[in-house]
Amino acid sequence: MASVNRRVLPGFSLSLGYTVFYLSVLVLLPIAACFAKASSLSLDAFWGAVWTARARSAYLLTFGASFVAAFSNLFLGGLIAWVLVRYKFPGKRIVDSIVDLPLALPTAVGGLVYSSLYVKRGWLGRFLVPLGIQGAYTRLGIVLVLVFVGLPFVVRTVQPVLQDFDPESEEASSTLGANRWQTFYTVILPALLPALITGFALAFARCIGEYGSVVFVSGNMPFKTEIAPILIVARLEEFAYGEATAIAVLLLTTSLVMLVLINWLERWSRRYENR
Amino acid sequence: MSILIRSVSKRFGNFVALDNVSLEVPSGSLLALLGPSGSGKTTLLRIIAGLEVADQGSVLHHEQDITHYSARDRKVGFVFQHYALFRHMTIAGNIGYGLRVRGVPKPEIATRVNELLRLIRLEGLGTRYPSQLSGGQRQRVALARALAAKPSVLLLDEPFGALDAKVRQELRQWLRKLHDEIQVTSVFVTHDQEEAFEVADQVVVMKTGKIEQVGTPAEVFERPANAFVMDFLGNVNVFHGRVERGKAVTHSGMEVAYADYTHAEAQDAEFYVRPHEFDIRRHKNGDASLEAKILHVNPTGPLIKVELQAVASEQVINAELTAERFGELNLKSGETVFVSPRRVRVFFPDYSI
Repeated sequence: MASVNRRVLPGFSLSLGYTVFYLSVLVLLPIAACFAKASSLSLDAFWGAVWTARARSAYLLTFGASFVAAFSNLFLGGLIAWVLVRYKFPGKRIVDSIVDLPLALPTAVGGLVYSSLYVKRGWLGRFLVPLGIQGAYTRLGIVLVLVFVGLPFVVRTVQPVLQDFDPESEEASSTLGANRWQTFYTVILPALLPALITGFALAFARCIGEYGSVVFVSGNMPFKTEIAPILIVARLEEFAYGEATAIAVLLLTTSLVMLVLINWLERWSRRYENR
Repeated sequence: MSILIRSVSKRFGNFVALDNVSLEVPSGSLLALLGPSGSGKTTLLRIIAGLEVADQGSVLHHEQDITHYSARDRKVGFVFQHYALFRHMTIAGNIGYGLRVRGVPKPEIATRVNELLRLIRLEGLGTRYPSQLSGGQRQRVALARALAAKPSVLLLDEPFGALDAKVRQELRQWLRKLHDEIQVTSVFVTHDQEEAFEVADQVVVMKTGKIEQVGTPAEVFERPANAFVMDFLGNVNVFHGRVERGKAVTHSGMEVAYADYTHAEAQDAEFYVRPHEFDIRRHKNGDASLEAKILHVNPTGPLIKVELQAVASEQVINAELTAERFGELNLKSGETVFVSPRRVRVFFPDYSI
């Protein structure tokens, strides 16, 4: 069928070809290699590697801490985005740049700094430890450092949506008799929901894969503060490559399922848009 | 008096949006705030709604001072130019919003929403989302939403500004009809004089934060208070000249009687003539007239538009003739004719500017 191409960028087949090629080389191939290596194990060996008590505790910690951290970021990141969009204050640009810092900083540095802050004689630890709050080498420490690592994602997804948000909707709500709280949760929040969910998904995914910072702040005690990526490294150090990739495969698959579910939730939250 | 505005002023930084404005809106009337952009008409509307707070002056609803009431406590209905519908709510959800936030029971909301859907002729579309409606339909939903809680005042900010010409025309007539049915005191903002004349009972002409004239459309159009109103409400031809001894004389040599000024001392003045107030003749008779050459004839529409240029002063003159008169004269471009005004309005230049 001869159709006239009126799109801005020429060559759909070319651009799709490149997309598929790069995705394959950069993303799919390494993942496939991971699956291939894991499949060298027998089913029993695979199961034996991924479903030990130590591994199960590591999964629970990885997903649990990631979830708590990403969920905290919904509020923290949402608030920062709100302040950056809605208010003018001196140093706003600097604050805006600081938000991206966790992306640029080697996460190992973040982990080291956090652990040194929360140890008994650290700047924060000297006040918190006497109160019974142990930030370093505990699960709390892991969550704190994951909040740090995941922070930019919620801020950066919510910010542009909030910027484009029509202030007239808020005015309409107030002329219709809504108070500020009603306006916030019935008019503003639903409009931000898709961006919040996307930001949550990004932060969550980032936290599941996070290694560098956690390794320094957690103390890596099996059954207590050992996360799944650290377990993988532990297996690698024992030269048990098959077992290491088996855990990675389980981590990958679970993450994929969760991200698909979150994406589906995000699609649902935009159901009112033009179909 | 439904709305009373007493010497309201409002500044945004150095910009004076409203300068000591006072206005009365009678109960049940449909009033248009008409003016060019920057005239303060939208600011005035937003102050009535409580979306802006006046720097000075007061606003009263039914003899009650509401100057310091917030928008939510004023019980006004407000319609925005770009609809401002809640995109994530259905049409029914949007219309019922004002009732829902005030804690009206659900069955009651449903009844009222259905009533309004019928009123705006969108029955059966209650479960749709705003993105699935056309612009005209969305604006009707916005209107229904504003009316849901039975406000005592309905305020509309350029309600048809974002719509295309044909839909705008339909909605204007529909709004007029709707207002006759429900009789709610309404104020709407527009920069389109035709729209104001067609819809409103009362027209308020504004310029740079001040009210220039208030009156019915006929009053404002036939007896403009000043040169600005005359100019803003339609096309005009302006001639410069002077008045003396009961005569008005343009620099281009046209002379008409002007009984309001009988002094011997001449005073500078401007003479305004609307295009349809000109007659064109082939030959000079006793009436005041200017010799002019026809530049262009636009024969479309109910009135034939003739563009001329005065021979002596080279001023371009726009005239409009009825089709019959035009047929009698059988005018062509390039011909030289005599134009004479049937009616001239005299305004004295405002030296205060």
